[in-house]
Amino acid sequence: MSRRLLSLLALASAFATAQGVRADDVQVAVAANFTAPMQAIAEGFQKKTGHTVVAAYGATGQFYAQIQNGAPFEVFLSADDTTPAKLEQEGKTVAGSRFTYAIGTLALWSAKPGYVDDKGDVLKKGGFQHLSIANPKTAPYGLAATQVMDKLGLTQALAGKLVEGQNITQAYQFVSTGNAELGFVALSQIYKDGKVTDGSAWIVPSSLHEPIRQDAVILDKGKDNKAAQALVDYLKSPEATALIERFGYAH
Amino acid sequence: MSDVIEARLRVAYPGFSLDTELRLPGRGVTALFGASGSGKTTWLRCVAGLERGCRGVLQVGGETWQDDGRGLFVPAHRRPLGYVFQDARLFEHLDVRGNLLYGFKRVAAAQRRVGLEQAVELLGLGALLERRPAHLSGGERQRVGIARALLSAPRVLLMDEPLAALDHRRKQDILPYLERLHDELDIPVLYVSHAPDEVARLADHLVVLEAGRVIASGPLQDTLARLDLSLALDADAGVVVEGRAGAHDADYGLLRLELPGALHLKVAHDAMAPGRPLRCRVLARDVSLSLEEPRDTSILNRLPVRVVDEAPAEQPAHVLVRLDAAGTPLLARITRYSRDRLEVHPGKALWAQVKAVAVLA
Amino acid sequence: MPLSAADLTAIRLTLELATLTTLLLLLLGMPLAWWLARTRSRLKGVVGAVVALPLVLPPTVIGFYLLLSMGPNGAIGGLTQALGLGTLPFSFAGLVVGSLVYSLPFVVQPLQNAFEAVGDGPLEAAATLRASPWDRFFSVVLPLARPGVVTAAILGFAHTVGEFGVVLMIGGNIPGKTRVVSVQLFDHVEAMEYAQAHWLAGGMLLFSFLILLALYGRRQHRPRWS
Repeated sequence: MSRRLLSLLALASAFATAQGVRADDVQVAVAANFTAPMQAIAEGFQKKTGHTVVAAYGATGQFYAQIQNGAPFEVFLSADDTTPAKLEQEGKTVAGSRFTYAIGTLALWSAKPGYVDDKGDVLKKGGFQHLSIANPKTAPYGLAATQVMDKLGLTQALAGKLVEGQNITQAYQFVSTGNAELGFVALSQIYKDGKVTDGSAWIVPSSLHEPIRQDAVILDKGKDNKAAQALVDYLKSPEATALIERFGYAH
Repeated sequence: MSDVIEARLRVAYPGFSLDTELRLPGRGVTALFGASGSGKTTWLRCVAGLERGCRGVLQVGGETWQDDGRGLFVPAHRRPLGYVFQDARLFEHLDVRGNLLYGFKRVAAAQRRVGLEQAVELLGLGALLERRPAHLSGGERQRVGIARALLSAPRVLLMDEPLAALDHRRKQDILPYLERLHDELDIPVLYVSHAPDEVARLADHLVVLEAGRVIASGPLQDTLARLDLSLALDADAGVVVEGRAGAHDADYGLLRLELPGALHLKVAHDAMAPGRPLRCRVLARDVSLSLEEPRDTSILNRLPVRVVDEAPAEQPAHVLVRLDAAGTPLLARITRYSRDRLEVHPGKALWAQVKAVAVLA
Repeated sequence: MPLSAADLTAIRLTLELATLTTLLLLLLGMPLAWWLARTRSRLKGVVGAVVALPLVLPPTVIGFYLLLSMGPNGAIGGLTQALGLGTLPFSFAGLVVGSLVYSLPFVVQPLQNAFEAVGDGPLEAAATLRASPWDRFFSVVLPLARPGVVTAAILGFAHTVGEFGVVLMIGGNIPGKTRVVSVQLFDHVEAMEYAQAHWLAGGMLLFSFLILLALYGRRQHRPRWS
């Protein structure tokens, strides 16, 4: 109910923006995994510029479909780098506005303390029934996880133990509820103020997989909104990048 | 005598209670008569074991079906009874044959008393066997319901106002079938009704219920003539006269009904085998009294009677007078004015003029 | 062929899941619906409300709580582990359990309505004709409630086929084991494979339409006596 209310409000203010009544609002579609940092960023952004971020959090694939069909978003913070590129090709973005705002860090995590060693040897030893990953077809963290297993030569050995979450949030849920003993999750999900909050984790070296780039882009609808450009500028500022890193992302 | 039904049954619901103690004959038709709400259907359901809140003792033909003092309760499906519901309650998913065989199949072959052919013949169902209940008339449904109950080899047949939902013509269609049951099968019947004409026609024994209490129980003729009960019957107060068929006058279409004490009534009826028992109903409002035998009158039937006693009628202007015609009880409803003018008192000899006699059956 | 082997596997799995779920729900739902239809217990309201809960709870919420309770630390998980069955998430059995919960009201409510519509009349008549309680249920109640049983089966089946949120939460998306059509469809959409998504979605749409057509078409031809 409240979510519906929120999106109604978002829609209403989107119309207001289109009519130029509240030029200091910016409609942003944000990848769900970036929810926590975005809230902190929006706060800092408002303090610094006076502009207000109106954010919708969700799945990248769904945002893509919505943008295709006229959703009123002005800035898009994707969970991957392919979707913004695709939108750019299709001419739905402000040319040259695409950039990487965060690089995801992959972690092998278990809710049980001491279960995962700091070199990830537990993967080779086996002894678990379920290894949770995000859907490699649709989620960048899932794709990265399969690359890691490939690199370690464990793809075959682990194939029968994989369970897939539809997204990285679900991959995390499978592990946090104990249904999977361990899983590849986003470091940002288990990390706060520079350390892993609970359980045990191996922060996977970035050399074992392609970088998990999360790209942002200014959309067509935001091309005349000064606040949209201001948000992009702010995302690139040292103040924001430091904040993003505190949430477990590289930059 | 094991052919007796003994029932001490109690039910207490908010706003209604039933408290009865009855000893009923184990043969013939016992009618339970009373206004709606008097508890007669509830009593019948108690006998069948369908009423959850019923407590007490029930013995049928020497078998105990319920005795709460001993914690004994035989569930409905283990009581060898047949039940005919007011609304027939045929199984809509089965055709007539399926309905008839439902109970039949559930009775051991050795215990069956009525065969399918016999039941079909008795109730005239031959043409209906393949029909679904939805395609039957009300009267046909009741006949199927009765046959279905008979086929389950009942030791007692319970009938809950089986004619109440039918119009006058359909009732007349079914009554002969009920009489055949009475004549041809030796199954005691407990028959619930609020219609005096049905009771007068079918019953041998009458129980009158009022507000959950038994106010009378006895042979039909005696019970109907009781003045204290007549009030309950209002305008329908009357008696059943039982006699035997006598000579027939073909010219006038009149049949002599021979009564005890060499008395007779003449009734409009076809000829009947002499000596055959015949029932007639005589309503109190159709009987008038005079001091001498009235000769110059169109009224055919005149009987010498003796006054037994009297009671107020439902209207203050009237009284009900109980009469005895050489052993045949009669009731007359006359005005209080006439009562005083004729000086009616117990023991007085009078002439009764009977204006209308309804032959039952 | 516009449908891939993976799509066909998902379709087969979905049909197996829906069939098994429907059969089990009829088996379990019948005594429950019968009790609800006949009881005078004060618990009737509570049980009825619990049965109806899946109607109002978002499927992902049901799925999440199933994930918790069937997990190694949950009540159901503790039970299945004690019985030596392991835990249920990520298994076909787990999906069946989830579907039972999710589709329960769609089977129990039509059954309950049908049983209530039969009423006391035919049951009492059957009792006076020597039929024991079990006998009465099978020879009178079930035949009279047949339209309701068919409705319950169709709704239970269709609703299980359309199930998504619960499967998503407890399935783990394992091909041939827990990846049903709705999840496969979601995958296609997420991966922007719209052509395949359209084929699957179109198939589901057609299937649902045919099921509902069967249901509503049948209602019009219902025999007079029901």
